[in-house]
Amino acid sequence: MSAVLASEPFLERAPIELRDAIVQLLPAPAQWLGHHLITILAVVLGFSLFFAFTTVAERKLLGRLQNRLGPNRAGVPKFSILPFHLRHKLFGLSQPFADAIKALTKEDIVPAAADKLLHFLAPVVVVAFSLMTFAVLPVGRHLIPVELDAALLYFFAAGCASELALFMAGWSSRNKYSLLAAMRALAQLISYELPLILSVVPIVLVTGTLSTVAIVQSQGVWSFGLLPHWFVFTPWGFAGFIIFLISTLAETNRSPFDLPEAESELVAGHLTEYSGFKYALFFMAEYFSLTALSGLGVTLFLGGWQAPAPFLEFIPSYLWFIGKLVGMLVFFIWIRGTLLRLRIDQLTRLSWQFLVPLALLNVGNAAFWSLTAHWSGPLNLVRWAISLALLVTPFLLLGRTLSAGYAPRTYRYAS
Amino acid sequence: MLGTGILNGLAVTAKNFLGSFHDPARLVTVEYPEQHIPVREAYRNFPFLVSESADDPMGTLRCVSCLTCEKECPPQCIVIVRSKDKKPDATGKAQFYPTTFNIDTSVCMGCQICVEVCPFDSIKMDKVFEITATNRFTELLLTREQLAKSNAYYHKIHPVEAAEVDARLAAERLAAEEKAKAAAAAKAAAAAAKPAAPAAPAVPAPQTPPPATP
Repeated sequence: MSAVLASEPFLERAPIELRDAIVQLLPAPAQWLGHHLITILAVVLGFSLFFAFTTVAERKLLGRLQNRLGPNRAGVPKFSILPFHLRHKLFGLSQPFADAIKALTKEDIVPAAADKLLHFLAPVVVVAFSLMTFAVLPVGRHLIPVELDAALLYFFAAGCASELALFMAGWSSRNKYSLLAAMRALAQLISYELPLILSVVPIVLVTGTLSTVAIVQSQGVWSFGLLPHWFVFTPWGFAGFIIFLISTLAETNRSPFDLPEAESELVAGHLTEYSGFKYALFFMAEYFSLTALSGLGVTLFLGGWQAPAPFLEFIPSYLWFIGKLVGMLVFFIWIRGTLLRLRIDQLTRLSWQFLVPLALLNVGNAAFWSLTAHWSGPLNLVRWAISLALLVTPFLLLGRTLSAGYAPRTYRYAS
Repeated sequence: MLGTGILNGLAVTAKNFLGSFHDPARLVTVEYPEQHIPVREAYRNFPFLVSESADDPMGTLRCVSCLTCEKECPPQCIVIVRSKDKKPDATGKAQFYPTTFNIDTSVCMGCQICVEVCPFDSIKMDKVFEITATNRFTELLLTREQLAKSNAYYHKIHPVEAAEVDARLAAERLAAEEKAKAAAAAKAAAAAAKPAAPAAPAVPAPQTPPPATP
């Protein structure tokens, strides 16, 4: 390991070297523990800070997308030890800390009839499971918390467990609205779990591995020293990426699939009986799982920490990963600022009648792609044409059939 | 169809995003405590009392404490105590005045009925909307001194309406003066006519028959 590291540029190996230097300070029996604690701390602190700034970025971007200013007031707090007040607004960037203090100081109300233990555990469990998924994301060339051979399997196992927590929240509130809303949320999550996993299967099929590290490494090839071989640039990869994006939006309860917590229609759904910091924890978990799924999307489809061209490799790999992650999140925020909330029937229809069949066909498409891997020259063009046809034809046919009779709505009285 | 509508929508919001940076006119919100959107002429929320001059608001209140607004107020948020004595008002006529005039703005619903029933144009609707208080039981109960605002202020907040009210009041004052003048003239004429005919007995002397003597 150290021999591989020594040949790397300084910035690339800096985080690892720092960790090793701290571990060396500990006595020999505690080094193993220190090594892992530092990793856990880095993941939790790093992604918590990332979450904090995602919220403020989301609010600012949503503001701009809707011709508003967004938060820009929160600044430097007044320190009583200082003789003067540093009045700087910091462009509202300290907003998440103000929000955190606000959430912490709010009253925590537990219904008298609630199942106290489950009611308390639900937000804890949902955050814990969404944090666990970060363990297998390769953030950089050498930065991966846990190198698992079955990383993808682990990721989805940990990610699906949050559905249990969500139902715990609805059930333990001892409230019919919460229970019904939790069932509805569960229906949505389970509906979209299927296209989400089916969109990932082609990657496993083509690369022949479940390890996220190996999947990223298999994308580190360039044609003509310029065109990256990321999976999103293949027909089946592109289709898989789109299905993955839609399912991610639904899995993390984000607009236009934010039915579980439709504050104006359903009074916060399964979160009705939660207040204060517990409520904030559910949102934290949503953002964590959004970040984790975006990170997985980057890893699987966008080349992970690989640079888009070889001459850009002087930028450390983890910066490439974070950049792509931020790009994905900005795209999700853009979607949120644009689309309207779906109805529950439209939502399940989209999943079961449209995304699942397309994802299944896409698996076949990937099988064709991996079977014809040895085709070259003009046959390569035939391979692309067949693969594209396998995508576009069912997309058009399914889309046309499903939307038949659903013409654009005309409003008689609101023209 | 087939996702093209979504792409159009994304284009619209992207335009908003870029436009909001280079074209501040697109921004529909203002930064409130520093910037205010100008309030329209017709805007109203709580009543105030009109006084003729800003120097002596209590002495020149138009209110004559006729108690009409107190009786008409639907949420009954007006309390008036009428004075025992009379003071000359702006026209010099002796009038009662309110020794207490309270409006509980935590109860007031801004219906403007008090303004409509006032025969003296002495209560009008104000435009203030920043009415925060730390104690809702004392600080939202406005007294006579807090309610009294000058006619100049009324002209500032409702120029059209105030001009119309002032014109009407001036006309009434003129009419009153002319009536007084006419009455005075009639009186003077009557007074002049009286000594002009002293011979004619105004009232015939009572012809009382002499009492019969037995």
